[in-house]
Amino acid sequence: MAAGGTDLLLDFDEALERFEPVLGFEVHVELSTATKMFSPAPNPAAPGADASVPNTLVAPVDMGLPGALPTVNAQAIRYSISLGLALGCSIAPSSRFARKNYFYPDLGKNYQISQFDEPIAFEGTVEVELEDGTLWTVPIERAHMEEDAGKLTHVGGATGRIQGADHSLVDYNRAGVPLVEIVTKPIFGAEHRAPEIAKAYVATIRDIVKSLGISEARMERGNLRCDANVSLRPRGQEKLGTRTETKNVNSLRSVERAVRYEIQRQAAILKAGGTIIQETRHWHEDTGTTSAGRPKSDADDYRYFPEPDLLPVEPSLELIEELRAALPESPAAFRRRLQADYGFTDGEFRDILNAGVLAELEETVSKGAAPAQARKWWLGEILRIANQRGVDAGSLVSPLHVSELIALVENGDLTDRLARQVLEGVVAGEGSPEQVVAARGLKVVSDDSALIAAIDTALASQPDVLQKIRDGKVQAAGAVIGAVMKAMRGQADAARVRELVLERARS
Amino acid sequence: MPDASPVITVADVQHLAGLARIALEPAEIEHLAGELNVIVDSVKKVQEVATPDVPATSHPIPLVNVLRPDVVGEVLTQEQVLSGAPDAFDGRFRVPAILGEEQ
Amino acid sequence: MSDLTRFTAAELAEHLAAGDVSSVEATRAHLDRIAEVEPDVHAFLHVSGEAALRRAAELDRLRAAGEAPSPLAGVPVAIKDVLCTSDMPSTAGSRILEGWVPPYDATPVARLRAAGLVPLGKTNMDEFAMGSSTEYSAYGATHNPWDLTRIPGGSGGGSAAAVAAYESPVALGSDTGGSIRQPAAVTGTVGVKPTYGGVSRYGSIALASSLDQVGPVSRTVLDAALIHDVIGGHDPHDATSLTDTWPSMAEAARRGRTEGSLAGIRVGVVHELNGSGFQAGVRQRFGEALQRMAEAGAEIVEVAAPHFEYAISAYYLILPAEASSNLAKYDAIRFGLRVDPGRSTTEQVMALSREQGFGPEVKRRVILGTYALSAGYYDAYYGSAQQVRTLVQRDFTAAFEQADVLVSPSAPTTAFPLGEKVDDPLAMYLNDVTTIPANLAGVPGMSLPIGLAPEDGLPVGLQLMAPAREDARLYRVGATVEALLEAEWGAPLLSRAPKLGRPVPAPGFGTEPDGGTL
Repeated sequence: MAAGGTDLLLDFDEALERFEPVLGFEVHVELSTATKMFSPAPNPAAPGADASVPNTLVAPVDMGLPGALPTVNAQAIRYSISLGLALGCSIAPSSRFARKNYFYPDLGKNYQISQFDEPIAFEGTVEVELEDGTLWTVPIERAHMEEDAGKLTHVGGATGRIQGADHSLVDYNRAGVPLVEIVTKPIFGAEHRAPEIAKAYVATIRDIVKSLGISEARMERGNLRCDANVSLRPRGQEKLGTRTETKNVNSLRSVERAVRYEIQRQAAILKAGGTIIQETRHWHEDTGTTSAGRPKSDADDYRYFPEPDLLPVEPSLELIEELRAALPESPAAFRRRLQADYGFTDGEFRDILNAGVLAELEETVSKGAAPAQARKWWLGEILRIANQRGVDAGSLVSPLHVSELIALVENGDLTDRLARQVLEGVVAGEGSPEQVVAARGLKVVSDDSALIAAIDTALASQPDVLQKIRDGKVQAAGAVIGAVMKAMRGQADAARVRELVLERARS
Repeated sequence: MPDASPVITVADVQHLAGLARIALEPAEIEHLAGELNVIVDSVKKVQEVATPDVPATSHPIPLVNVLRPDVVGEVLTQEQVLSGAPDAFDGRFRVPAILGEEQ
Repeated sequence: MSDLTRFTAAELAEHLAAGDVSSVEATRAHLDRIAEVEPDVHAFLHVSGEAALRRAAELDRLRAAGEAPSPLAGVPVAIKDVLCTSDMPSTAGSRILEGWVPPYDATPVARLRAAGLVPLGKTNMDEFAMGSSTEYSAYGATHNPWDLTRIPGGSGGGSAAAVAAYESPVALGSDTGGSIRQPAAVTGTVGVKPTYGGVSRYGSIALASSLDQVGPVSRTVLDAALIHDVIGGHDPHDATSLTDTWPSMAEAARRGRTEGSLAGIRVGVVHELNGSGFQAGVRQRFGEALQRMAEAGAEIVEVAAPHFEYAISAYYLILPAEASSNLAKYDAIRFGLRVDPGRSTTEQVMALSREQGFGPEVKRRVILGTYALSAGYYDAYYGSAQQVRTLVQRDFTAAFEQADVLVSPSAPTTAFPLGEKVDDPLAMYLNDVTTIPANLAGVPGMSLPIGLAPEDGLPVGLQLMAPAREDARLYRVGATVEALLEAEWGAPLLSRAPKLGRPVPAPGFGTEPDGGTL
């Protein structure tokens, strides 16, 4: 089985000339409740949870022990309703759980408790803002509640992947984590913007769940997982083409790339007269390709039936209205307000959106940083490293650490140059900015006596410069400042050095 | 509705055994096909009165909104989790190589 | 006082309270009885003698200190192997769970322990409670103490036989389609299936989640009520558990026995279950019981339940469907049997383990249930069965407008010979025709002995059914019927059961069989 890289791809523009892409997304959101969906075990997707020791966050029902029974987490219901409302959905007056039956080692009961014919939320729309500022409406089919599965580690074999593994290890810590699966209707008319719409849609879902405070929403940690459906149909054809489902595309950048890749791959096959196989595809971050997975067929018979251990959920109108009233503003309104509050121009703001760092920037500001500084760092050094590494900027460093970094610069503890070194340390996982400063000894020398000693030495060795300064040619001080900064190995505040140079020269 | 006299073939039983993950012996499959035809022929009687106007009942005593507060409760220790494991390693259950992919 | 095993739980409780019997004595007497008759009866899969004696001694100390946790503290109890016990294997009668000790107690077990009852061991059952004879146990059948060549009923034949053979005064059972009531009927004991949700299912190894209900097994109506009071009530671990505040079942039973309860009560004979086609002796005793009730002032009315004839078909679709899903967890990964011939995939190991770990009846029902749920057949089978369930419920609602309790024979026949129906699934399924409707509708049902069939001298049971949540009514009426019949017989029916095992040397009171004294 090809791990990617061997697929024939048609040029993107030619693909679009010949075929119309139709998209669809299934986004799984891990809710950040304190406990699991159906058990009182701690939820590893909760803020600050520690799931590092396997099989320690497990209640009997999470591992399918005989006799164990599920119970529904009330907070997960509230979160799901809030999310449904934020997606513009109707909330079902009665919804219920169903069993989806299939055997897999990560599934303790060998059925997943999900929702089938009666999801909690259905029929909504999400407004997505594209890079040029236009709004695109994505139709939502449904949002339903379900439980996550455990985690498999494949041992032996070269790749750590399932193929060729000698055996696998199962950890049920993640089993039972509350999920909401958001399913779109087919998205027509995306055309050339399909990859962009894909990315913007997932970013918007991420922003929504973040603003609701119902998920940690870290894609790199699997809090938010996207399955992207892509099909092509020849221009003028009514009937939808066969679709593929690319699973677990776990960064915004990858969503965009995976959709583009599938369009080009499918177009090449169709152009050559081939047929698309209905199957799942795996996204490979490293090669930027997809590879064939499990064929989807009628043999998938999940034998859904109403979960007899659980009862229908019938939220009162009062509860729904209470949650509706508590909804935060929509991401679009939120963005308009932020832009005004921060005083950014349209262009500046769009750069932030396009970099996908608005949420990070907002959080950085909320931790005390000035908007302009926050923007400078997120769109500057952080984005540069992110692009270099091909990851989302938000996965590199936390807003809290960025705000601390900015504060250190503001206080004069760090110069910009030092701050970039500190950021490098933070990204490398060396700890908080303070810890990196301490460990790497990067603090600005703020002890005036040490600076004065260095200045006096520099002035003594450059008497001509000293004379120029005394003659009022202040710009001549630059040479001395440079020498002092060099002597301090950059760990000095250049403005303060300048002040002291002028002071010493005139004394 | 399916045919009034269901015929469950050996191939059907083979397929069902696959869904149910039971490695039935050929003789068992043969035998079961015969038995299932007799049983299904008898129980299909439910279709006589299951007219569209009758709602389905899945719970004998109707209740709604039975919810649990989001408060951490009983958790098993890792030792308890693994206490019945046929094979475990490094705090996890060990299983032979997996053929299929996750769903 | 000759034999402590002849006491009912209520009597034992009185003696324990009076201090003239200790829990250690009572427990040891039952363990001795178990040792004596088990080779013939095989009611137990596991006997926990040492632990029981330790716990009994602890309870004796607590009682001496005035800290007995409940009036039943120190009374021995047997537990059906379908219930999880943290200190004993819990196999549900299946090879696939051989030796498995759960890391937790089922709620009814935890409540028994908290009340100070002393678990003696785990009782035999049809594998995963699928059966009506215990012949589908992976560990060999239980034998009926009335006739060792006959079935003790099922699936809870072990609990019923243990109680009938004086191996334990009381036991726990579970009833999905009659697994408490039918064994009670064929062993001359009392068994109650509470209202669905009346007793927690948490820790009860699931057969069919929407039908399963845990309940008491005993020799008297009062004993069943005492156990019901201990195990019943809301449990937040079970979403289907009712939050009702329940009246005391024991109080209802006591009043039913002393005050009578039949005057003016309407007893509905379900036309569809009135005994036509049943064994002659069963019909005869049923008719006589009705007559006694009428003489005591009950108004006997006939009620129609036209959809009960569809109930058994609905049941044999709903049960296998739910069971096929509930039993998917036995996959050789987290617990239980693993069959691994080596160089196999996980998928092969799962399928081989299930092939070798499950018996023929389990496979039959799992495959049937998989079929009933599979694509293209769901509406015709599972869906239709759920509709029939609605119709059966409506029949009950209508019937309870005309009657306060409904009655029928508990089972169509007395105990049949071991081996007679084991290879005829449909014939075996028909044993549950009388008991299944109550499970489909969630209403409570009781079986109590009403005599011996003249043709074979074997016990016959009367089934009483009440509206949902009216379990206390069963105990009140049941205790009255029991008192009427015992007055007529001059002794409990079980006193007519044949002697088992070797002759029991009458131990001197207060003297241990091994000669030790307390």
